[in-house]
Amino acid sequence: MTGSLLRVEGLTMRFGGLTAVDNLSFNVAADEITAIIGPNGAGKTTVFNCLTGFYQPTSGHLQMVHPNGKAFSLERMSGHTIARNARAVRTFQNIRLFSGMSVLENLMIAQHISLMRASLYSIGGLLGLAGYRKAEREAIELARYWLEKVNLIESADEPAGSLSYGARRRLEIARAMCASPLLLCLDEPAAGLNPHEDMELCELLADIRREHNIAILLIEHDMGIVMRISDHIVVIDHGACIADGTPADVRANPAVIRAYLGEPDEDEAQAVVG
Amino acid sequence: MAEPPRSSTTSLATALREAALAALVAALLSVPLLGFRLVDSAQGLSLDYRFLWVVYAAFGVFSARLILNLTGSSIVGSVQKSFSGITIVKRFTGDWERIVGWVLIGLAFLLPLLGDRNLADRATLVLIYVMLGTGLSIVVGLAGLLDLGYVAFYAVGAYCYAILALTFGLSFWICLPLAGLFAGLFGILLGFPVLRLRGDYLAIVTLGFGEIVRILLINWQDLTGGPDGIIGIPRPTLFGLEFRMGDDAGSFAGFFGIPFSPAHRIFFLYYLALALVLFTVFFVQRIRRLPIGRAWEALREDEIACRSLGLNPTTIKLSAFALGASFAGFAGSFFATRQGFISPESFTFIESAIILAIVVLGGMGSVIGIVFAAILLVGLPEWFRELEQFRMFAFGIVMVLVVVWRPHGLLSKRSPSVLLNQQATK
Repeated sequence: MTGSLLRVEGLTMRFGGLTAVDNLSFNVAADEITAIIGPNGAGKTTVFNCLTGFYQPTSGHLQMVHPNGKAFSLERMSGHTIARNARAVRTFQNIRLFSGMSVLENLMIAQHISLMRASLYSIGGLLGLAGYRKAEREAIELARYWLEKVNLIESADEPAGSLSYGARRRLEIARAMCASPLLLCLDEPAAGLNPHEDMELCELLADIRREHNIAILLIEHDMGIVMRISDHIVVIDHGACIADGTPADVRANPAVIRAYLGEPDEDEAQAVVG
Repeated sequence: MAEPPRSSTTSLATALREAALAALVAALLSVPLLGFRLVDSAQGLSLDYRFLWVVYAAFGVFSARLILNLTGSSIVGSVQKSFSGITIVKRFTGDWERIVGWVLIGLAFLLPLLGDRNLADRATLVLIYVMLGTGLSIVVGLAGLLDLGYVAFYAVGAYCYAILALTFGLSFWICLPLAGLFAGLFGILLGFPVLRLRGDYLAIVTLGFGEIVRILLINWQDLTGGPDGIIGIPRPTLFGLEFRMGDDAGSFAGFFGIPFSPAHRIFFLYYLALALVLFTVFFVQRIRRLPIGRAWEALREDEIACRSLGLNPTTIKLSAFALGASFAGFAGSFFATRQGFISPESFTFIESAIILAIVVLGGMGSVIGIVFAAILLVGLPEWFRELEQFRMFAFGIVMVLVVVWRPHGLLSKRSPSVLLNQQATK
């Protein structure tokens, strides 16, 4: 256990008069799976957008500290530098693949930065220098590794847009992993998956965490998955944190049950959290 | 199978009705187009009536439509179906395309051996447009940025060469890279203000940029000669050998001890254009397989996903604009040296439109498609000259046929820039 990778302190995001996220604070520990849950419209995706540079937070502090001690203030960085330097890479609720390009190409683009450097900003690549050819082979090998993990090796050269829905979800996760993140942010990775695919996803995430020592932050509605794989759950409602703790704590927390069901009667609450 | 057999009489009736309708439309359209003719006689202008032509046209359309309806009304549909949508193809078709490419290059090298000066001259023009189309395909086809002012960079390249050559006496071979560099800088200059724009908005701004450059060329009398243009632009030389009359050692004819012929220069220009085109095509083919080329395509597919993976959209867009513009600069300086005279009239919006049409008809990023589209759009109108007044009509028919048969461009298949299994064969 190496302390916290990401510290969110007093994050607030206002759109005009609407406060989407209100003074939210939580920690994401390195090599843990942290889940953000909450009813629809609670502000979960807004937190993600602030975290990955798509929104500029109204106030608050987002600090990411790498294991080597390097610190980044995410609220001051623009979108692409967060993925590049702070190494926090995200996926999207409505999958965003490069659908006209092949599956393998999607994974190659995720390794753009290192490949660009290896090709000496294209000049070495144009001249066909050995250094670039080696880097490209390594990039393909990394892509092959992840394609095998997510079970897409057969369709490596197919257009990404022709994949089934579940396969596209898996490909997006593989693409994010090819960008070698320290913090993987998944926005509803199980949305629209069938129970079998849910199970595969759980295994994949557990595997990523076990073998690659990276922290995962996920937003998810499927309580079955959240309770099964998370080490730590943050519950938000109307932009504010209402519970923060282990799955067992959150399950028993009356505030959470109220947020999901209003004033509950016992049976329904059991259905949601059990 | 379950469909009941249609009675032949009703299908014949429908076919006849449709054909009659088409003939009616054709007749109505051709009354003003073919029915009247302005005759310039001694008494002044008068009208000549040729309604028989209208009947011919209507009859032609009627029979064509009837045949289409009765025999294979599905011809158009089935061809269309097999070509709709961009599909990624695997290696075999890639090989086929490579073979066609090499055959085309071989034919291009042999073409001057026919000894036809006019043909070589027209082919040179086609080659200029192939080069422009290939350059624009970086911006439009790969990066997906709709640029309607591409001719501005063509103009910058042409004027850059003309002014540098006339003011400083620099040779074509020094000016060529300079013109490319200068046009590339203009590409970045245009790129900055339009970084946030996409689609229609980008098209409008680039359209404006093209006009700004043209109007600047007209009004900046001191530098560009205004509407009169620049004359006496030096012709290119072959390692210092000039293509001119005379049999001294400084001229091509004299050096090789052969009689002077104006064809020498035309064939030289043709090979020069061919070399430039080959360079452009190989460069673009190669860069498409490099990280930067893939980043352009990724930007076209989804800019937000690009950002989330750490790609900087600003530099990617600017590099696409700059590289696309440099190729227009090369083409422009070649154009200037070929013509020996340039004026703002050569760089109007219609040029941008033709180049864009070449890229779109070619199939957005396919080089061989661009070659065929350039032949179709630039070469054919030249060959159609013999048809005189029906020249543009024939051109229109060809355009309609292309759009009907290949709605996504002549060759719209995209082959992936990298394949998983190609290592095994290496």
